[in-house]
Amino acid sequence: MSKDLNLTLHVWRQKNAKCDGKFVEYPAKNISPDMSFLEMLDIVNEDLIRKGEEPITFDHDCREGICGTCSMVINGRPHGPRERTTTCQLHMRSFKDGDSVTIEPWRAEAFPVIKDLMVDRGAFDRIIAAGGFISVPTGSPQDANALPIPKESADLSMDAAACIGCGACVAACPNASAMLFVSAKINHLGHLPQGQPERYLRVRDMIAQMDAEEFGTCTNHGECEAACPKGIKMENIARMNRDFIKASLTYRPATTGGGGAG
Amino acid sequence: MSVAEQSIAGAEARGHGFLASSVGRKVVMAATGVVLFGFVTVHMLGNLTSYMGAEAMNHYAEFLHTMVHGMGIWVFRAVLLTAAGLHIWAAVTLTLDNMAARPTGYRAQQNVASTWSSRTMRWSGFILAAFIVYHLLHLTTGTVHPNFNHANPYANFVNGFKVPAAAGFYIVAQLCLGLHMWHGVWSCTQSLGLAHPRYDSLRRTFATGLTVLVVGVNISYPIAVLTGFIH
Ligand code: HEM
Ligand code: SF4
Ligand code: FES
Repeated sequence: MSKDLNLTLHVWRQKNAKCDGKFVEYPAKNISPDMSFLEMLDIVNEDLIRKGEEPITFDHDCREGICGTCSMVINGRPHGPRERTTTCQLHMRSFKDGDSVTIEPWRAEAFPVIKDLMVDRGAFDRIIAAGGFISVPTGSPQDANALPIPKESADLSMDAAACIGCGACVAACPNASAMLFVSAKINHLGHLPQGQPERYLRVRDMIAQMDAEEFGTCTNHGECEAACPKGIKMENIARMNRDFIKASLTYRPATTGGGGAG
Repeated sequence: MSVAEQSIAGAEARGHGFLASSVGRKVVMAATGVVLFGFVTVHMLGNLTSYMGAEAMNHYAEFLHTMVHGMGIWVFRAVLLTAAGLHIWAAVTLTLDNMAARPTGYRAQQNVASTWSSRTMRWSGFILAAFIVYHLLHLTTGTVHPNFNHANPYANFVNGFKVPAAAGFYIVAQLCLGLHMWHGVWSCTQSLGLAHPRYDSLRRTFATGLTVLVVGVNISYPIAVLTGFIH
């Protein structure tokens, strides 16, 4: 058994979106290296509650690296120091006894702080709602093998679909750009035959919504790819740009009434 | 709250067009960047005539001024001016948007993938813009040249770089060009949608090769003058 850790936390405390926030120092004592980062915060919060103080608010849900809720920047890196690891999957053995740890919320105009470390990522939901869907015929399901899909397309689509919408890409980007997230969602559908009918409408709608939410623009620093807990590749951004260029060149304004058999 | 009144922008926003959208302006920046990098590369090659002596360089300059009955150079100038104008417009508007997208910074942001070159694009670009203005006043119009002679570009080039301050600024500007090119050449492939795992490492190699070539040869000119190799 390795020895317990004693850490000093510098945590961003902010009452709500309107108030200014500030860093507050808290000791984290007798932390087992086997705990997750969130369990460490639970211990600190229990202590605060016992003392009658306001516990630190942070987002979390599945605690198994799949929901994307746990969002915090730890010592300047979204989800902390380990590659491809969400905060809930980060263990305290990644830290040394006596370390001081700075914990901040995702920082972006489009992600307003709700409280302390919790931010409102509704902007992502609205981007999805703007075009991250396909139209399906209802009725009895088709045979799974009725629609041939090349293995490569299925793989690339699955890789893009691994995005859990955590927002670490936005948090890590010096421009607070959401292009890794948006491109993952666009390509997840765009690689599959089911995604084709809306493909060129989708890319314009989702990028329009991304702009309306006031995210920044990609300047190809590559910080998003390095921070992404799911290994989403920047190649997705290039493919999204390609689709956007094609969509913009071939866009037809909607016509009224449908020709057809009258 | 920034967030578009919490609504889906949808069709109206879609109508706001290519040039208003962030990705559209990135494409403009990348496409005009390709034109500008193409120009600097050809410009660097053309000036190699200086190593072949006064006659070769003056002859080359005369060719530039007389090609297509003297129209050619004006076509080039118009294209370059448009490209530079669009490039700077896209760079400035996108940079302002990007700064607005992160109003509060981090206490301790750790960059792990970005480079010095990628983080200084706006500064290297700004110095380049200032340099381009100076360079035109120096060797094209002669306004800030100590003894300019319209009939003898070779002499203007040699006498211009004999002034150490002029040669120094030129060298600093070339280093900025190197910073701008190294990230820019790679970055514009992404912005234009050119990425494939088979060629990805080639993009970096190409950016490095082109940058070293253009900047290296360009810096050799003032050094060759200052050391008396070109006289
Ligand atoms: C010789 C002149 C110039 C050349 C050859 C050039 C070329 C380029 C290229 C190819 C890009 C990458 C485009 C992309 O990734 O989409 C770029 C980006 C950029 N340029 Fe320039 N540029 C020049 C001058 C300028 C000037 C005068 C400015 C500033 C006023 C400027 C500011 C920028 C900025 C801010 C970026 C974006 C940075 C990024 O994408 O990371 N450039 N430039
Ligand atoms: S692309 Fe990666 S970092 Fe961005 S939201 Fe998806 S999983 Fe998170
Ligand atoms: S809590 Fe679900 S991914 Fe961390």
